[in-house]
Amino acid sequence: MFQVRIHGRGGQGVVTAAEMLSVAAFEEGRHAQAFPSFGSERTGAPVVAFCRIADTEIRLREPIMVPDALIIQDPTLLHQVDVFAGLRPDGYILINTNKSFEELGLADFVKSHRAERLRTVSATDLALKHVGRPVPNVPLLGGFAAVSGIIRLESVIKAINDRFSGKVAEGNIAAATEAYKIVQMEMEAAHA
Amino acid sequence: MLKQIEGSRAVAEAVALCRPEVICAYPISPQTHIVEALGEMVKEETLTDCEYINVESEFAAMSVAIGASAAGARSYTATASQGLLFMVEAVYNASGLGLPIVMTVANRAIGAPINIWNDHSDSLSQRDCGWIQLFAETNQEALDLHIQAFKLAEELSMPVMVCMDGFILTHAYERVDMPTQEQVDAYLPPYEPRQVLDPNEPVSIGAMVGPEAFTEVRYLAHAKQMQALERIPQLATEFNSVFGRDSGGLIHTYRTEDADTIVIAMGSVLGTIKDTVDAMRLPENGGHRIGVLGITSYRPFPLAAVADALKNCKRFVVLEKSLAVGIGGIVATDVRMAVTGMGLKGFTVVAGLGGRAITVKSLTALFEKAMRENLDLVTFLDLDWKAVNKQLEREKARRRTGPVAEALLRDVGVVGARNY
Amino acid sequence: MSFQPVKFYQTGTFTVGNRLLAPEERSVQASAKRFNSINSGHRACQGCGEALGARYAIDAAMEATDGQLVAANATGCLEVFSTPYPETSWQIPWIHSLFGNTAAVATGIAAAIKVKRKKGEQTQDVRVVAQGGDGGTTDIGFGCLSGMFERNDDVLYICYDNQGYMNTGVQRSSATPPAARTATTMAVGPEPGNVFGQGKFVPAIALAHDVPYVATATVADLRDLEAKVRRAMEIRGARYIHILVPCPLGWGTASQETIHMARLAKETGIFPVFEAEHGEITSVLPIRRQMPVEDYLKPQKRYAHLFGKQPNVTVIARLQAMADRNIKRYGLLGQGER
Repeated sequence: MFQVRIHGRGGQGVVTAAEMLSVAAFEEGRHAQAFPSFGSERTGAPVVAFCRIADTEIRLREPIMVPDALIIQDPTLLHQVDVFAGLRPDGYILINTNKSFEELGLADFVKSHRAERLRTVSATDLALKHVGRPVPNVPLLGGFAAVSGIIRLESVIKAINDRFSGKVAEGNIAAATEAYKIVQMEMEAAHA
Repeated sequence: MLKQIEGSRAVAEAVALCRPEVICAYPISPQTHIVEALGEMVKEETLTDCEYINVESEFAAMSVAIGASAAGARSYTATASQGLLFMVEAVYNASGLGLPIVMTVANRAIGAPINIWNDHSDSLSQRDCGWIQLFAETNQEALDLHIQAFKLAEELSMPVMVCMDGFILTHAYERVDMPTQEQVDAYLPPYEPRQVLDPNEPVSIGAMVGPEAFTEVRYLAHAKQMQALERIPQLATEFNSVFGRDSGGLIHTYRTEDADTIVIAMGSVLGTIKDTVDAMRLPENGGHRIGVLGITSYRPFPLAAVADALKNCKRFVVLEKSLAVGIGGIVATDVRMAVTGMGLKGFTVVAGLGGRAITVKSLTALFEKAMRENLDLVTFLDLDWKAVNKQLEREKARRRTGPVAEALLRDVGVVGARNY
Repeated sequence: MSFQPVKFYQTGTFTVGNRLLAPEERSVQASAKRFNSINSGHRACQGCGEALGARYAIDAAMEATDGQLVAANATGCLEVFSTPYPETSWQIPWIHSLFGNTAAVATGIAAAIKVKRKKGEQTQDVRVVAQGGDGGTTDIGFGCLSGMFERNDDVLYICYDNQGYMNTGVQRSSATPPAARTATTMAVGPEPGNVFGQGKFVPAIALAHDVPYVATATVADLRDLEAKVRRAMEIRGARYIHILVPCPLGWGTASQETIHMARLAKETGIFPVFEAEHGEITSVLPIRRQMPVEDYLKPQKRYAHLFGKQPNVTVIARLQAMADRNIKRYGLLGQGER
């Protein structure tokens, strides 16, 4: 079972991200479970959502305590909320930012985790560019597909079409695709 | 057809397939997505021949359902927590009159203190009102139970409550197999009322009944639930033959055949318990002989089925999201009635109140203690004794201690800094 | 000799009002074919205004709907005396649910009928009437009533107002007038009886909801009551009729004085009788010969503490002022328009 925890703030589409991730996994014939942290949601407040992906029925209902991957939609949370709690040593981290891990004050992570699994992408900028709204969740899913390989980009696109339509869907697909390519290129460069 | 959708959405679609004629709803977290989806379906006319009424309170919701059902319409509503309590007079009225209303209860704690998260206190507060109460373990079972509920309610002329964990199930996206309209039509015939308001055959419904006949009328309600004990497993079998899966019934057992210790619970927590039990059964973890009994039909309470499931074990743990203030467990009390004279050791564990997460970690430690019979009769799982004792000390020290909730929230720290 | 038209004032009685009127103007009660929706054998008190009002109102509704009517009834005097276990005096489909939910139950019945007709399972145009006393309407049933109004559900709600919770022993409701003695507003102390400055006139609140039809009536003008019910049944949507029904026991009046007391309530201006559509008053049943409120209060034991050796002229004057205000506000002395 692969467990993803998504952190962000209310209004950034954190819950939608988890749901769409589960739909993407479903499109690949896998079982997936997505649920929010059920806190008092208000715009700007820290929000957490969870997504589990597996090949058999998922029965577990507890919040994700030991994530395999983290998606951090808002870097201002980094030193406010313990977003990294329980992350596995070989876990994936994808942060929505145009800074590097070092610039974010997370140099220690680079040392203690697998560097190629720690990525950033300017998802908010991509969202603004392609969709016209600063909601980073969908581009981050594209980037996540690239860094983790747990879902394919095509599945993310299917999930986008499931949730959105028309121009909004097109824009989201473009943003997710560009995020995917950016992260993929960075990973290839790191390997080279 | 397989779908990846929110639990609420799954329930709404299942209810729509049952061809409801009157839906009346008042919004309350965490049921809102169900009634919103149904409202949308009626408005965009994908659900036809159905009146959707926006009522002004939950009391009105149940009352509108009573009127509609008495006039021969298949009626549905949904609520939770405070809303269920607000309609209690009408809830008793519906079962007293024998009207086959189906209601979803998106289980949520009852205040004060106000709490929007999941536990079973709402449904269980109504365990004696005469409604049949079914508890869903997964979103698949939740949608399936609604289809079975309409059939059961209408056959018996008794209302049915389908209970599903608020947020944990209602707001979770997971895979469900949504039936087709043909399948549902094959299983659920149109509503044929036992009593109906009809100018062609006038009757008076709701007359006063004196001491001469009241006991008999109440006994008949009890007799109906005894009939339900027979009918519920049959309906599940019939369901299986039409829809191709095992859903509903009185109880579900998991690895109980050779178990020394059996954990009993209701609702979504059963999934987490099963994962815990599977891990504990692994040879490298001790190979413990531990099993799980899930109660699906809480009312009528399946005394015989529970006794049968526990007949070979040594001890049982009832893990419930409910508290009988002043005694201990609610479900546990019913289970104890089932196993009277069987010589089993039983433990009550109150867990998950107000939405507190129940984790594999906590359950593992708990079950290990249970297997060693090293548990109190009543245990409050993961209770913060430090905070409780601090408050008790405070109350001993002075009179004006202020609202309890505020004091405790200050003691456990700022909630916002935690993840969940 | 020129033809001289004769005007009959007392068209509300069985003698003059019916034999000498054209058939279509006669009271429903005059017909041998009347429905007797609430049949004889009910256990109402001698002189009960509510039984009288209900009989006229529901038979008129049955006639207007050709017998296609379902009634929902609140807990209260009418429900209790009409269904004494194990009998029922109702000849029509009737449901009693709870005290405070009658309007909502009626909404549900109307919705069911609507769906059944839409599906073609039912062809008859069955209508719904909800009925309750003042307690079940102005107090505990108020939320559901307002909800029904707001949604414009196709229900006629009839309130039988005897100004107190009579069935449970004459307790005060929000319809109890100031100074009246009830079991919870006893005629003792510095302000005996119900206090001033409280109370609720639901017809005015119904007007504020802008529903298609609102009317008040009394059991003194039974033909007027029948006509209003008939008018109401011509209309679809939320409708409200509020009938003043004196209660001999609760008001402390002689049982043969019920109709007379209702007439006095109207003729003093204490109870305004009018019709309205969508929040606008369309007609008024005018005061024929204005009377001072004292004439209305004196025969009622519930106001006995205002009289005696030293009449409470202040309170009586305040009650007169209320009547005068009604007369002015509703134009009760003017010519009514229909």
